[in-house]
Amino acid sequence: MANYTEDDLAKDLEQQEYKFGFTTDIESDKIPKGLNEDIIRLISKKKEEPEWLLEYRLKAYRVWKNMVEPEWAHVEYEKPKFDEIIYYAAPKQKKKYESWDDVEPELKETMKKLGISMEEQKRLTGVAVDFVMDSVSVATSFKEKLKELGIIFCSFSEAVQEYPELVKEHLGTVVPMTDNFYAALNSAVFTDGSFCYIPKGVKCPMELSTYFRINESGTGQFERTLVVADEGSYVSYLEGCTAPQRDENQLHAAVVELIAKDNAEIKYSTVQNWYPGDKDGKGGVYNFVTKRGICERNAKISWTQVETGSAVTWKYPSCILKGDNSVGEFYSVAVTNNYQQADTGTKMIHLGKNTKSTIISKGISAGKSQNSYRGLVQVHASADHARNFSQCDSLLMTDKCGAHTFPYIECKNKTAKIEHEATTSKIGEDQIFYCLQRGISEEKAISMIVNGYCKEVLNQLPMEFAVEAQKLLTISLEGSVG
Amino acid sequence: MTQKKKIIEIKNLHASIDGKEILKGLTLTINAGEVHAIMGPNGAGKSTLASVLAGREEYEVTEGEVLFDGVNLLELSPEERAREGLFLAFQYPIEIPGVSNINFLRTALNEIREHKGETPISAKEFMALVREKSKIVELDAKLASRSVNEGFSGGEKKKNEIFQMAMLNPKLAILDETDSGLDIDALRIVANGVNKLRSDENAIMVITHYQRLLDYIVPDFVHVLYDGKIVKTGGKDLALELEEKGYDWIKHDLVNN
Repeated sequence: MANYTEDDLAKDLEQQEYKFGFTTDIESDKIPKGLNEDIIRLISKKKEEPEWLLEYRLKAYRVWKNMVEPEWAHVEYEKPKFDEIIYYAAPKQKKKYESWDDVEPELKETMKKLGISMEEQKRLTGVAVDFVMDSVSVATSFKEKLKELGIIFCSFSEAVQEYPELVKEHLGTVVPMTDNFYAALNSAVFTDGSFCYIPKGVKCPMELSTYFRINESGTGQFERTLVVADEGSYVSYLEGCTAPQRDENQLHAAVVELIAKDNAEIKYSTVQNWYPGDKDGKGGVYNFVTKRGICERNAKISWTQVETGSAVTWKYPSCILKGDNSVGEFYSVAVTNNYQQADTGTKMIHLGKNTKSTIISKGISAGKSQNSYRGLVQVHASADHARNFSQCDSLLMTDKCGAHTFPYIECKNKTAKIEHEATTSKIGEDQIFYCLQRGISEEKAISMIVNGYCKEVLNQLPMEFAVEAQKLLTISLEGSVG
Repeated sequence: MTQKKKIIEIKNLHASIDGKEILKGLTLTINAGEVHAIMGPNGAGKSTLASVLAGREEYEVTEGEVLFDGVNLLELSPEERAREGLFLAFQYPIEIPGVSNINFLRTALNEIREHKGETPISAKEFMALVREKSKIVELDAKLASRSVNEGFSGGEKKKNEIFQMAMLNPKLAILDETDSGLDIDALRIVANGVNKLRSDENAIMVITHYQRLLDYIVPDFVHVLYDGKIVKTGGKDLALELEEKGYDWIKHDLVNN
């Protein structure tokens, strides 16, 4: 009798291979490995950057050199050798594509393997994709339509060339270069990323979407994203990531800054499935990301993330609720398997009056993985009637994995109201059997139960992204039934 | 008269859990169009029988044979049994947070259809079916879109089981103490629902402690399960007799024979 036990599930999960392990064969333009001021000058020169940006990078580099890599997270890993990293790699063909038809077959194939084939993308009306392949944007679509509304959505490099004032005004205002070790490193060596500006009162009519990929072996990726929503505007921004299978650990240290001015709203969604390493914990991506947004009066920032990849994740999308009545939200699903380690959560910094924040975190641990939620809710003395609701749930798939919760609360205002709820549960054999008894296969049952568990978070994702996220959850947790 | 089609034939079934034998040679045949009631005292093996037939992994079948519509049931996985048309209405229906009843049932129905070589049901047809079948047990339409059994009252959970039975249209439905925890109104609704689903094509096995349910779902046969075997079989009057005399009467009988 083919009975599916938790042991089988554990075994299947260990055998679950990464399905996106492949490399696109496109010639790359690389610079020597290692990091010093000359390398930074070379990066800046290759990108034909203005003097102020070079100065910014050099200053950040000097700050970084005097910093020590942080060790407080609940993760263990071999520290990256910063001298062995190649800090810049750009595909040689720099030609911009006018339409998807002009894109090389290899790239299309890559997209297909990612499950975001051009054909599919085209059908998804209203999605503009800025595809980042090893740090340089190779394709941008829907630009014209956005232009009519005055919306700027382009690669970071392009923004530096075309809109230097906007970049200069906002870069580093939310995440200063001195913020932390990896933010400083990113500020020194970031190669590309995305820039988005929504003018006053404009509601962006489509989801803006970027797919990141780490492609070149041994290249660290240092993305820089800056989203500025001017007064009364709205934008929904999607970020998706995959990396090909590599033996050595690859470092990814991105910085994302969101600025929501008075009455503006930014919705930022991420689906991350970078290579998590093999079943013995070899290889995989180190994902050390600083994501933060600032809300002015009546503004709202909502972070939604589905994290299924990376060997080590260290990531806390946060909101500074500076303006009165501003709102911060964090919805997260983090799945860890085999030897993956994730230490993720959020910080909600309440400064303004009547500020509100919501944190919904769903951790799923399988294999021998460690999954930690780390969150800070900070209410300053100025934040009268601030409110927070936090819910942190953990689901354990095996008895060899771990789930940890580190909630920090600092409250300096007596009128604040803070609620925290947490649960830990093990996937129920009874639930699986109930599904089986209705004719549903084990795989579908597990996928359904896990998706149900994550529903509050998945509901926050735009439709087409939610479908992809569900598929990813299934891929991460499915087992071959036998 | 042509012989009735056999839905399930259980022959000399022995089953144990953790090395302890619970079923000790149970034999029972149920034909199409029949309702059989299984009664018996606590610990007689009633729920074990339901679990073994549904394929719960904790139970080990050590001897015997079960033919389900001619197929060797014991060789099938739990989901294959379900797809072949064996339905278990759970004594304690399970909650699945975040999974809507509708999504759950549509997945189940499509798995069954695929098994039969049929195409998936369209959303429109499915919703029409939901509307039609939810009336059978007077299930609030709102419950259909809520998460599976989550926050349902005891009565709603049992109604939901029968609603699922109606949707999946099984050859054999095993109702495991469906009457437990029901007030008299809910009992009547659930029983009426089951009666509406009786046909010449299917069969129903009603497992219960009490005669009460059998006032509403009138069985063709009543079997008394005692110590892992069927020790007495009769018509619906046997249930009344049991109610009156208690199970000690059976025990006494057995000892004296």
